[in-house]
Amino acid sequence: MAHAHVYKRDHINTDEIIPARYLNTDDKAELAKHCLEDLDKDFVSKVQAGDIIVAGEDFGCGSSREHAVWAIRGAGIQTIIAKSFARIFYRNAINNGFYIIESSEGLEKINNGDELEIDYKAGLIKNKTAGVDIKFKPLPGFALEIINNGGLLEHIKKKM
Amino acid sequence: MGMTITEKILARAAGKEEVAPDDLIDARIDVVMCVDVTTPPAITMLEEKGLDQVFDREKIVVTPDHFQPAKDIKSAELHKRMDEWARRHKIKYYYKIGRAGVCHALLPEQGHIRPGEVIIGPDSHTCTYGAFGAFGTGVGSTDLAAAIATGELWFKVPASMKFVLNGSLGPGVYSKDVILTVIARIGVDGALYKAMEFVGPTLAEMSMEARMTMTNMAIEAGGKNGVIGFDDVTKQYLDEHLKDKTDYTVYESDEDAEYVRVEEFDCSAIEPMVALPHLPSGGVPIGECAGKAMDQAYIGSCTNGRIEDLRIVGKIFKGKKVAIRTIVVPATPTIWKQANDEGLFDIFYEAGCVIAAPTCGACLGGFMGVLAAGEKCVSTTNRNFVGRMGHPESEVYLASPATAAASAVEGKLTDCRKIKY
Repeated sequence: MAHAHVYKRDHINTDEIIPARYLNTDDKAELAKHCLEDLDKDFVSKVQAGDIIVAGEDFGCGSSREHAVWAIRGAGIQTIIAKSFARIFYRNAINNGFYIIESSEGLEKINNGDELEIDYKAGLIKNKTAGVDIKFKPLPGFALEIINNGGLLEHIKKKM
Repeated sequence: MGMTITEKILARAAGKEEVAPDDLIDARIDVVMCVDVTTPPAITMLEEKGLDQVFDREKIVVTPDHFQPAKDIKSAELHKRMDEWARRHKIKYYYKIGRAGVCHALLPEQGHIRPGEVIIGPDSHTCTYGAFGAFGTGVGSTDLAAAIATGELWFKVPASMKFVLNGSLGPGVYSKDVILTVIARIGVDGALYKAMEFVGPTLAEMSMEARMTMTNMAIEAGGKNGVIGFDDVTKQYLDEHLKDKTDYTVYESDEDAEYVRVEEFDCSAIEPMVALPHLPSGGVPIGECAGKAMDQAYIGSCTNGRIEDLRIVGKIFKGKKVAIRTIVVPATPTIWKQANDEGLFDIFYEAGCVIAAPTCGACLGGFMGVLAAGEKCVSTTNRNFVGRMGHPESEVYLASPATAAASAVEGKLTDCRKIKY
């Protein structure tokens, strides 16, 4: 049962996702405890494994810290649906084998708490609560290849 | 079709005659930069994947900077992991504490940045190096790990945007004010995935230090890289700083190169700027925000912690006292020594400032000047996101060193042109 955590905001940045005061560790479980702390201090207590974050433009802007991806995944988030992603965050997600979804409609058609089901192959978000389907463009082939191989380093190992 | 500087550098790095925007390439990396917060996770990944190797020990440059000297036990552990790894692999250019500094100030100063080369680093402000006609871009720890092991990374060739800078800067106006003006116009995602190429006569009047302030903040507009073409100013800096490898290739954008957007600026009309909380795009002329009370001034970082910045601050502080907590952080040991030799530390001491060791420190809310709830800081750094320099209810106001120094003297946001210096 995947539920949406909707933030009607653009430019949710890496300092909000995982503040630098926690960057003295790369322990994913530890980072997950502080995920989105400065944006929504209740996020970690609300989130359940498989849930989905929904947001506006330029998600993950700011720092190159991959800790942002680790914190979000560590918190159990299945995917992020955003209007657009900042460049380094996008790379970091793919390199970690983390499928993220660009959708211009997600924010308009998904409300906080809505139950979602995602068909990654078909490029379809099913909003079961609202009874609407939202199409998205699946990630490009090279990104899928990295994700299917389990991340960039595994991908490289296969090619070596 | 002609190519831009960025496209030419990436084509060369990919071993191709030409590339076009959106092409996927595997590029050879010329310099891999490593810093303390983001490199230790890369090292651990490589060890766990059985890839504990370095592609070329002479093309990797290592410096602790974000939390150095270690701010707490966990940071010390990060430094230890990086130190053991750098020594195990006999990394040739390893700047240990005492010679370590803020990476984006240190690498050009120590002669590691050459035109035409591809430089990656696990820090978003790696785009700074484009000031030298190079391609620099920030990456995460996994990309860094891949680059360390193989010397290659995948890139999507970015489309280029052109920023034409005309006119001479007025008194009290600096390159920081120009870049804050650019970001205020296009927004924090105005250059998302794009190359930001700066051209125009205003650049000829800017030193390399001033140019680095501009390219440093390309990421604050979402840019993949910032780039400025090679000229006599570039050459002179390189002649003074390059050491072991002094040859390089200069690329220029073709006249018929394609730009997805062109923005022109009359830089003679730019005023001293302050980016209000909580986005770097919140820039307004000082006239619209002067008088706002501050609790702290922070002068340092990869954006504005170089000797030229400290000299400007010294001129403003000379014979005056600061009215608020003021922290000066020379970005590298060489800058620290220069400032000391030039008598700037005496001025800072007399004015009542704290002088810190080179570190990224409080720019990212690490240490050496972290803010309490409700506090406001005028800062020469590059980001003013919520909680960036400390408590989530603190506020950061981005400005040039001159504006930060004038504001430190008055204890409130102040037009530096009011002070004779």
